[in-house]
Amino acid sequence: MIEFQNVYKSFDDETILKNVSFRVRRGETKIILGVSGSGKSTILKLILGLIRPDEGHILVEGREITRLTEPQLSSIRSGIGMVFQEGALFDSLNVLENVGYRLFEEGRMPESEIEAVVLRVLGFVDLEESIDKMPAELSGGMKRRVGIARALVGNPPVILYDEPTAGLDPITKRTIVELMIKLRDIEGVTGVFVTHDLQAASIIATQYAAAGEGGRIRFHSEGESSSLLNTGFLMLQDGSIGFEGSYEEMMHSKSSYVQAFVA
Amino acid sequence: MQSILKALFESPLRFLVKAIIEIQSYTLLSGRAIANMFTRPVYWKEIILQMDRIGVGSLIIIILTGFFTGAVLAIQSEGALRRYGAVSLTGQLVSLTLIRELGPVLSALMLAGRMASGIASELGSMTVSEQISAMRALGTDPIRRLVTPRIIAMILMLPLLTIICDTVGMLGGWLIASYKLLISSNQFWSDAINTLQLSDVVGTLVKPVVFGFIISITGCYAGLRTHGGTEGVGKSTTQAVVSSSIMIIAADFFINNLLIHFAPVINR
Repeated sequence: MIEFQNVYKSFDDETILKNVSFRVRRGETKIILGVSGSGKSTILKLILGLIRPDEGHILVEGREITRLTEPQLSSIRSGIGMVFQEGALFDSLNVLENVGYRLFEEGRMPESEIEAVVLRVLGFVDLEESIDKMPAELSGGMKRRVGIARALVGNPPVILYDEPTAGLDPITKRTIVELMIKLRDIEGVTGVFVTHDLQAASIIATQYAAAGEGGRIRFHSEGESSSLLNTGFLMLQDGSIGFEGSYEEMMHSKSSYVQAFVA
Repeated sequence: MQSILKALFESPLRFLVKAIIEIQSYTLLSGRAIANMFTRPVYWKEIILQMDRIGVGSLIIIILTGFFTGAVLAIQSEGALRRYGAVSLTGQLVSLTLIRELGPVLSALMLAGRMASGIASELGSMTVSEQISAMRALGTDPIRRLVTPRIIAMILMLPLLTIICDTVGMLGGWLIASYKLLISSNQFWSDAINTLQLSDVVGTLVKPVVFGFIISITGCYAGLRTHGGTEGVGKSTTQAVVSSSIMIIAADFFINNLLIHFAPVINR
């Protein structure tokens, strides 16, 4: 579904990514770990075509995107939702206009229908009552949740998360992690989750969501030592992939870098 | 400034390459913004919003600038003209100076201070908070959505503001001429109007279009190139005002040369 083949990327004189290759399968969530400035967010921007690699190939849904023009990239981007680090909500638009931005821009739906769609996705993140608020009136956690709601509009099969839990309190963090698990297990969304929050990553790798009686979503644990098959880890080290594997493999890795990170 | 000089002396070749890349990026942004004016979609709501911000929002400072400039011109002209016994020509001097030069240039410089900084800080904040990336991720071209409406609004509003500045400036000059220099209103206005040629009127309308383009594109360019967080936004804002002001004065020189060259054709 998403594939990096020997990708290199530099900014000015600094090489950020060196010979990075990996694959994210349909329905899988790939968690990318690494220290700040290791190129994690760069990978997400490359998937969206917001920046281009210096060398290598990037395939999304089997389509090489590195040489596409901006209008051609639009069709690729319509299938990808992106949750930005601080939400990246448009300051001058309210929650309705932010979440329904893509639909308002397309101009194919009447406003009442757009509002219904926005209310539905806001229900998913439990923020229906905030539909008329401006971003300045929202807390940090609410902004992230609105950011997730915006990424969900149009039911994109892929969602990219750029540190959505960074700097949040444990309760809000848990809410966002549960949203991500629901999207993966209930909606079948493919995800790429960039973070240095190992606690959030471990919950995503070891817990799953299932619809219980009356459609109520329940979260179950696979246990601390066992990891889910649909969640993989990738660790960046000095611009290259230092580790790739499951949660269990990562926790038992003998690499000093991985050990320093997970300790 | 110190860092620019340092970069220039440390590696002139690198400095030259960077300068060429900057010019190329600026030209590409200008080209794409202009091309967007002639293709769909056009963000009418955004254009009207920007026209309100630029036009109505700048009205007071333009009126004050025009009025006091016209008044000062009349006061200053007295000393110079009295030596030759030509105080009665104050109307001509105020009219020519304002309409040919000070009206368009001062209006543009005031707007550069107010709007180039505003545009650069707004777009700069959007860039550092990833709103521009979000816009692209959601399938919108930020140049079409943000840059083109600001250019259209600016090149429509600055000529209007310049006309207001010229008019209010003439009123300021007339007040001083009437009540301080004791020139009759009839003489002031007939001198002021009769001395103008078609090329002067063309100049006072063409210059603001060019200046408006410079202000808006420079503000947008500085904003979209912002990096380095809030400190970067501050730098972009300063850069936008300084660059657009210098470019306005330089462009004024070239437009004046062209107008002088083509004046015989225009006034025929």
